[in-house]
Amino acid sequence: MAEAEESPGDPGTASPRPLVRTFSLLSYITKLIITALQPGQQSETPFQKKKEKMRDLKAVGKKFMHVLYPRKSNTLLRDWDLWGPLILCVTLALMLQRDSADSEKDGGPQFAEVFVIVWFGAVTITLNSKLLGGNISFFQSLCVLGYCILPLTVAMLICRLVLLADPGPVNFMVRLFVVIVMFAWSIVASTAFLADSQPPNRRALAVYPVFLFYFVISWMILTFTPQ
Amino acid sequence: MSGGEISSRTLQIFFLIIGRRLTGRMAAVDDLQFEEFGNAATSLTANPDATTVNIEDPGETPKHQPGSPRGSGREEDDELLGNDDSDKTELLAGQKKSSPFWTFEYYQTFFDVDTYQVFDRIKGSLLPIPGKNFVRLYIRSNPDLYGPFWICATLVFAIAISGNLSNFLIHLGEKTYHYVPEFRKVSIAATIIYAYAWLVPLALWGFLMWRNSKVMNIVSYSFLEIVCVYGYSLFIYIPTAILWIIPQKAVRWILVMIALGISGSLLAMTFWPAVREDNRRVALATIVTIVLLHMLLSVGCLAYFFDAPEMDHLPTTTATPNQTVAAAKSS
Repeated sequence: MAEAEESPGDPGTASPRPLVRTFSLLSYITKLIITALQPGQQSETPFQKKKEKMRDLKAVGKKFMHVLYPRKSNTLLRDWDLWGPLILCVTLALMLQRDSADSEKDGGPQFAEVFVIVWFGAVTITLNSKLLGGNISFFQSLCVLGYCILPLTVAMLICRLVLLADPGPVNFMVRLFVVIVMFAWSIVASTAFLADSQPPNRRALAVYPVFLFYFVISWMILTFTPQ
Repeated sequence: MSGGEISSRTLQIFFLIIGRRLTGRMAAVDDLQFEEFGNAATSLTANPDATTVNIEDPGETPKHQPGSPRGSGREEDDELLGNDDSDKTELLAGQKKSSPFWTFEYYQTFFDVDTYQVFDRIKGSLLPIPGKNFVRLYIRSNPDLYGPFWICATLVFAIAISGNLSNFLIHLGEKTYHYVPEFRKVSIAATIIYAYAWLVPLALWGFLMWRNSKVMNIVSYSFLEIVCVYGYSLFIYIPTAILWIIPQKAVRWILVMIALGISGSLLAMTFWPAVREDNRRVALATIVTIVLLHMLLSVGCLAYFFDAPEMDHLPTTTATPNQTVAAAKSS
């Protein structure tokens, strides 16, 4: 995957080759599987492969930093990847799932339910944005929405730590405050990337579903009760 | 005069007569005299309410001059047809949705709304004024799917979250109550609301088409317009669901009445012109069924998602003190 670059460009223009991106992702995965299955025949030296992995990890990490300090930049848009969103979604779903002992009662969401909500919600918002006439590509939008879950994942971690302490109204107020702050952060971060891709007279129509999406995720985080 | 000129002038007179019929004016004899029709502008200054069509060039799109605001004597047709340019929009609507249904552009035509248009439609759904047809006034052959879809999505989450919150507040003092997020109810709410907002319009549209084949109605709605009306009529339930958190039975039922009044009257006033040409009993039965289904939705949601407020507290003598304290504070 390409390294993230900082050069300014035209914000919001669709990447010209999203299909090529998908195929390069698939070929990368295939290459990984093939080299894993044939340990004796390695065309690259271990040092080169490690360098490539470090470069990919650095790209993902750089995008995390962009989400945490959102400013107008094209990095997330032009060099999209779905590793970050996948990692964040899996982490969030693992932390949010209820214990198997409670599966009969009407409780919190299962792992698969969180996964489906995040990805189905992101796809719906992307389709909505494209139908309204936005000029962002499908995978770019998925990438942005997935990466902007990072503040809410941090909120989930903090909530789990806070829940280890004494339960009570103070406990709840702390969690409420943390979730509200992270929710606002997610909205600001994703709007900074997505708002420019819409025509100005429809910006509110495109941003409202993003608000609803992060609100539902925040609600799931806030109402999480350990068994 | 050449044959082409005669035929074009005949067509102009023909459209003039149709225009007069639609506006409800009696076609006076002197209106049909052969005036000089050479210029559409002059004929319009003579008869400002007429609709003229230029037929000179068959490849040209027909140009309509919007008429001046009409007098008070035609409110009846106003409510049916909206403005003068309703026939213009009907002619142009055929040119709008010309992409085949498997292309992306076809579905983009259903999202061709701006922010202020969506707000206007929502405001129109909140204030149903007798005599103003919601479809003709706000939708005007530009039905959108954005409003119905996202209003339903918001309503699903509003009902599920408010129900959860209200149950939590009602059972707050109880010793044996353990808070659960009740996540399963979100999927149930989604099924109910989306089924109502899409299947009931389908049934209603089918029914209206069937009646249309038997009795000629002036007003008929397309399927998307009916979906649009139903979607926007559900908007009032979003603040209602949030206010249903208040654990007072009287307050909840007053809210049900208000919401049902507003959205029910919106639906009734929208569909009355479509059925009133029909048999009296069929028309009344249709309107009553529409309002009844709406009431069923709201009362059903209230009963299923929101527990009754004045529930008797369960006896607490069986639980040990440590357990009760832990259970009560585990929110």
